[in-house]
Amino acid sequence: MRSATVRARRALALGPGLAVLCVILALVAFLSVTLGSRDIGLPEVLRALAGLGGGTAIEDTVTLELRVPRTLLGILVGAALGVAGAILQGVTRNPLADTGIMGVNSGAAACVVLAITVLGVRGVSVYIWFAFAGAILATLLVYAIASLGREGATPVKLALAGAAVTAGMGSLTTGIVMTNVDALNELRFWQVGSLAGRYAPILTGVAPFLIAGLIASLACGRALNGLALGEDVARGLGQRVGLTRAAAFALVAVLAGAATAACGPIVFVGLIVPHLARFICGPDYRWILPYAMLLSPIILLLADVVGRVVAAPGELQVGVVLGVLGAPVFVGIVRYGRLSEA
Amino acid sequence: MTAMITPVTETPQVREAGATARALRATRRRRAVRALTATTGLTAVVIGLFVLTMMVGSFRLTAQEVVTSVLHLADNPSVDFVVRGLRLPTALSALTVGLALGSSGTVFQQLLRNPLASPDFVGITAGASLAAVTGIVLFQVGGLAVCLLALGGAIAAALLMYVLAWRDGVSGYRFILIGIGVAVFFEGITGYMLTRAELFEARQAMHWLTGSVGQASDAELKLLSAALVVLLPLAVLLSRRLRVLELGDDSARALGARVERTRALLLGTAVLLVALAVAVAGPIVFVALVAGPIANRLLGPATGGIAAAALVGAALLLSADLIAVHLLPTPLPTGVVTGAVGAPYLLWLLATTNRQGAGG
Repeated sequence: MRSATVRARRALALGPGLAVLCVILALVAFLSVTLGSRDIGLPEVLRALAGLGGGTAIEDTVTLELRVPRTLLGILVGAALGVAGAILQGVTRNPLADTGIMGVNSGAAACVVLAITVLGVRGVSVYIWFAFAGAILATLLVYAIASLGREGATPVKLALAGAAVTAGMGSLTTGIVMTNVDALNELRFWQVGSLAGRYAPILTGVAPFLIAGLIASLACGRALNGLALGEDVARGLGQRVGLTRAAAFALVAVLAGAATAACGPIVFVGLIVPHLARFICGPDYRWILPYAMLLSPIILLLADVVGRVVAAPGELQVGVVLGVLGAPVFVGIVRYGRLSEA
Repeated sequence: MTAMITPVTETPQVREAGATARALRATRRRRAVRALTATTGLTAVVIGLFVLTMMVGSFRLTAQEVVTSVLHLADNPSVDFVVRGLRLPTALSALTVGLALGSSGTVFQQLLRNPLASPDFVGITAGASLAAVTGIVLFQVGGLAVCLLALGGAIAAALLMYVLAWRDGVSGYRFILIGIGVAVFFEGITGYMLTRAELFEARQAMHWLTGSVGQASDAELKLLSAALVVLLPLAVLLSRRLRVLELGDDSARALGARVERTRALLLGTAVLLVALAVAVAGPIVFVALVAGPIANRLLGPATGGIAAAALVGAALLLSADLIAVHLLPTPLPTGVVTGAVGAPYLLWLLATTNRQGAGG
C-alpha cells in the first residue's frame, strides 16, 4: 500500500522530469544546428531547415548536409552509449563497467587497425563496418567466456572477462600500432572520439541499428531491476536470469558497437551518465534507462557545441571536452550528492 | 602438569563443540597448506623465470653461470659483463615492477571491494601518464625527468582523489566514482596532448604510455628495490589487520578495527608501490588488474594473499618480457605483451574455475 503511494509520487515527479529533459534536448539540438565554426545567421538556418532554399547555396549545404546529420548522430550515439552503459552496469552490478572496459571499444579498435594494416583499407566510412564487427565480436566473446563454468555469467566473471578481453585486444592494437606509423597516425584520431566529419552516409548506416536497439532497451528495465536484487532473488521472482543477461549483452553489443563504430570510443557518457541518472531517479531501472537515454545526448551535444565554439575555427574533440569539463562536474556531484549504491 | 587437569565431563554440547572446533581447525589447516603450496610454487616459478631471462639472448648462458655471476661466486669477466651489466637490470626491473604492481593491484581491489578497481582504472595511472606525457610533449624531456614526473603525477592524483572522496571517512563506492571522474579528466587532457603533438613526440609519448621494463636506469631500480623491501612486508602486515574489512565497514568497526587509519595507511602503501612501478617502467597495463584474481584462483579458499598476488605479477611481467624481447620478430615494449600473456590465462581460469566470488 505504502510502496504503491511512494511509487505513484515518484512517477509524479519523474514523469514531468522526462518532459523537461526532452525540451532541453530540443534546445541543445537547436543550438547544435545554429552554432558552428562558420557564422550563419539564424534566419538563414531556419530558412534552410524549412527547405525554402532562400539563402546562398553554401549556407544551405552547411546546415542541411553537415550540421543536421551531425546533430542527429550526436543524439542517437549519445542515447545509445548512455543506455548501453546503464545496462552494463546493471548486468554486471559494477559501477566501473562501461563499454570501455567490457571489450567493446578495444574490439572495435583492434578490428580497425587490422583492417588498416592487413587489408589496407582507408577512410572513415569503411572503418565503421570493421569497428562494428569488432565491437560485436568482442562483446560476444566476453559473454561466452563468462558464461562457461558451472554458475554461468556472474557479475564478477563478466567484469573480469571484459577486462581481460579488453587487455588482450589492447595488446594486439598497440602491438601493431607501435610497429606501423601509418596505423598510429590513423588510429590516434579515431581513438579520441569525435562527432566531426561524421556525416549523412554514416548516419544512415548506423541509425537503424541504434534506433532498434534503443526501442528494445526500454523494455528491459524490469528485468534489470530483478538482476539488481541478486541472482537468487531474481530467479525467485520467476526471471530467467541467463536469458536476461544474454539479451542485455546482445543489446549492448548492437548499441555500443554501432555508436563506437560511428564516433570512436567516447568514454565519458557510457560510464558516468548512468550514475547521474541514478542520482536523479534512484535505483529503479525503469526510470534510469529513459533518463540515461535523454541525459546522454544532452551532455554529448553540449560538449560538441562547446568544442566547436571554444576552438573556432578549429574544434576540440568531444571526448576531450567531456573529460575536461564534464569530469569535474561529475566529481562535484558525487562529492556533494547523496549516494545510492549501484 | 597435563595429567593434573581434571577431564571435562563429556556432555553432548561439549562433544558437539569439540567436533566444530576440530572441523574448523581442519579447514584452517587445509587452507594454510594450500596457501603455502601455492606461494612456494609461485616463488619457484618466479625464480626460474628470473634466471631464464638472464640465460637467453644472442649470447647463451647456462643457469649455473648466471647464478654464480649474480651471487658473485665466481669471476668470469665476459659472463659478468653480460649478466650483471646487460641482463640483470632488465630482469631486476621486471621482477620488482611486477611485485609492486601485483601487490598494489590486489590491495586496491580488496580495499575498494571491486574486482575492476585496479590502479589503472581509478585514476592513479592516469595521473602518472598525464604528467609524463606533458613532460614529453611540451617540454621534450626524457629519462629520469619523465620518471620523476610520473611519480609526482601518480601521488598527486591519489591525494586529489582521497581529498575529494573524503566525507566522514572514505567509502569504497564514492572513492571508485571519484576515481573514474579523475581518470576521465586526466585521460581527456592526455588525449588532447597526443592529438596536438607532432608525430615524433606523439610516438615517443605512446611508447612511454605502453610501458617497458627495459628502460629503467640504475638509480630508479635501486629506489624501487629499497621501497619494495620496506613496503611489501608493511602491506602484508596491514592487510592481515584489515581482514575484517571484507565484512563491510560497519562490522569491521564493531569488531574494533581502526578502519579509517589502517585503510589510509594501506592505501598509501599501495599508491607508493604503484607510483614507483609506473615511474620506473611506464603504465604497464593489466598486471595490477589480473594478478589478484589469478592469485586468488590459485590459492583456492585462502583468497587475498598479497604475497601470492605480488609473485603472480612478477611472473607475468618476467614472461611478458621474455616474449616481448626474444620470441617476437621485432622487440616490442613489455606493456604490449602483458595483455597477450595474462589475458588468455585469466580467461582460461575464469572459464574453468567453478567458484563464485573469487574475484576480489
